[in-house]
Amino acid sequence: MTLPKGWRADPDDAGTASGRRRFLLGAAAAGGALIGARAAAAGEAAPPADPEWSKMLGPGVVDRPYGAPSQFVKDVIRRNVPWLTAGTESSVSFTPLQDQPGIITANGLFFERYHGGRASVDPAQHRLMIHGLVERPLILTMDEIKRFPSVSRIHFIECPANGGMEWRAAQLNSLQFTHGMVSCAEWTGVKLSTLLGEVGLKTDAKWALVEGADAAHMTRSLPVEKLIDDCLLVYGQNGEALRPEQGFPLRLIVPGWQGNVNIKWLRRIQIGDRPWFSREETSKYTELMADGRIRGFTWLIYAKSVITFPCPEKPVKGPGLYEIRGFAWSGKGRIAQVDVSTDGGINWQRAHLQEPVLPKALTRFTHEWRWDGKPALLQSRAIDETGFVQPTIAELRAVRGVNGIYNNNSIQTWQVKPDGSVFDVQLA
Amino acid sequence: MSSLLRKPAILLALVFAACAPAHGSDAAPPGHYGYGRAPTPAEIEGWAIAARPDGQGLPPGKGSVDEGAELYMEQCAACHGTFGEGEGRYPKLAGGSLKGERPEPTVGSYWPYATTLWDYINRAMPFPAPRSLEPDQVYAITAYVLNLNNLVPNDFVADRNTLPKVKMPNHDAFIWQDPRPDTAASACMTNCVDPAKVRIESTAEGKDLTPRTTGPLDDMQPK
Repeated sequence: MTLPKGWRADPDDAGTASGRRRFLLGAAAAGGALIGARAAAAGEAAPPADPEWSKMLGPGVVDRPYGAPSQFVKDVIRRNVPWLTAGTESSVSFTPLQDQPGIITANGLFFERYHGGRASVDPAQHRLMIHGLVERPLILTMDEIKRFPSVSRIHFIECPANGGMEWRAAQLNSLQFTHGMVSCAEWTGVKLSTLLGEVGLKTDAKWALVEGADAAHMTRSLPVEKLIDDCLLVYGQNGEALRPEQGFPLRLIVPGWQGNVNIKWLRRIQIGDRPWFSREETSKYTELMADGRIRGFTWLIYAKSVITFPCPEKPVKGPGLYEIRGFAWSGKGRIAQVDVSTDGGINWQRAHLQEPVLPKALTRFTHEWRWDGKPALLQSRAIDETGFVQPTIAELRAVRGVNGIYNNNSIQTWQVKPDGSVFDVQLA
Repeated sequence: MSSLLRKPAILLALVFAACAPAHGSDAAPPGHYGYGRAPTPAEIEGWAIAARPDGQGLPPGKGSVDEGAELYMEQCAACHGTFGEGEGRYPKLAGGSLKGERPEPTVGSYWPYATTLWDYINRAMPFPAPRSLEPDQVYAITAYVLNLNNLVPNDFVADRNTLPKVKMPNHDAFIWQDPRPDTAASACMTNCVDPAKVRIESTAEGKDLTPRTTGPLDDMQPK
């Protein structure tokens, strides 16, 4: 069968050069009907009418050999706060959690944090060196790393500065910007315990320096005990190669610990007997308390949760029945329970946890809510398998003051107004 | 966390499996897979750039405050300011206090170790051209930034012996043991708060801080 030139149009890729060309060809051939396809008003596509896209062939396979989201969800992108940092090379972008339906964050939407920009690393030239207090120092190519026994694990990564702008008061009227520095993926790679077994640790090996190949030569000290416990060196992310934004070709995953220690573009592991006290674990990623003391090595992400619907980006539309939805996570293990309040924390009801409930991974919760159209204050509260209960911002401030920047795992309050609009607020 | 490093486990490992690696791993002994090769001393030296507070990792070389002043003007002042005051949103390096409404963490007011300054300049600065400075230059700029903070005299010369000895004023403020959990919230289910006391203390509504979350990326200017 031979199809005539310009036999169909794809409204989905009209934005690409080939799509535009096809579109124009199609428009020339089919006349005004295709204009209608692009601008199809709801009425024209709704029954009893057949929409235009049901009356022509769509593009064939490999029209887009690497797929892309529908053009109709183009607003769902990582976004940054331009006034927050001096430039974009040492900065952060936020995942649109308001549009994340399940526990896995799409690779193109996984939040970014760079300290010296996104390194562009040639995997053929990349090397991992393991040395220091080891029996057999080793230098490995990516091919060699991939020969080791491999595992896949689903884990979240959260920047400890997630919510860092909210210590003093409610500031940002957006779920994406208050909580979007957490994402979750399936990671595939080699257990660090396998590699450390291969090099053989000497008896006084207590700490590891992990270092990236980026312009910041990003560096942290980690206890060897944690590396052996559950850390991974990964090269796979959600069914494809690790993304450059996440450290292609090789990233350290430190399950449940602050994002900063999950070194990207990993090139070196030096084993030693004490920490190095790098800039990123002294000047940064430490917490100034109200009494002047400073907490360091506060790696663990404590239990946290947030309602992702409703939220400022996703208001409610009139009274009726809604499903409150959200995510909960804990660096200590599994989420055991999530409670939801619609009255600012006076009364709570247990939310439904949706499978899978995995350790150190985002967990989805839902809760049926009949909104009567009156003002409401929505909150969620996570409890993890150790029994730790997510605190309020007031409880955190009472202990830590307002200058700590990091590890704000407080309960988020969304104010719902009678018109259905939603605002980020904090309660006294 | 793994029990493999805890003392009883280590003792057991010694008793029952004398030939196993001292530290836990999967059962295989070192070299079981045999992939890769040993790095040469030159390869290790080229990449092992980390410096510790005790001086381990600091290379030979030296630099004075005066030499550093000149280099600082060329390499650092555009972002960090002539006197370390910081330009725009780039980090302030000198002076500052941690007290008051808006603490100002700087090398002098906050950093616990002088060696960290050497390490960071050497690995990551100047921001657009990392690893472009020679060790002597890194020592010199380190000496100058310490001098800007009045932590070393004008005739100070930084090297692998002098840097670990520099006393940093805020060193003792740091706690390196995580004190959390530091909250003890309960999972109360009903009548947990007096309804009369539920009050909105702050709202993001009306604050012009939030970039847009639809349409193209926002370019809102620094506040």
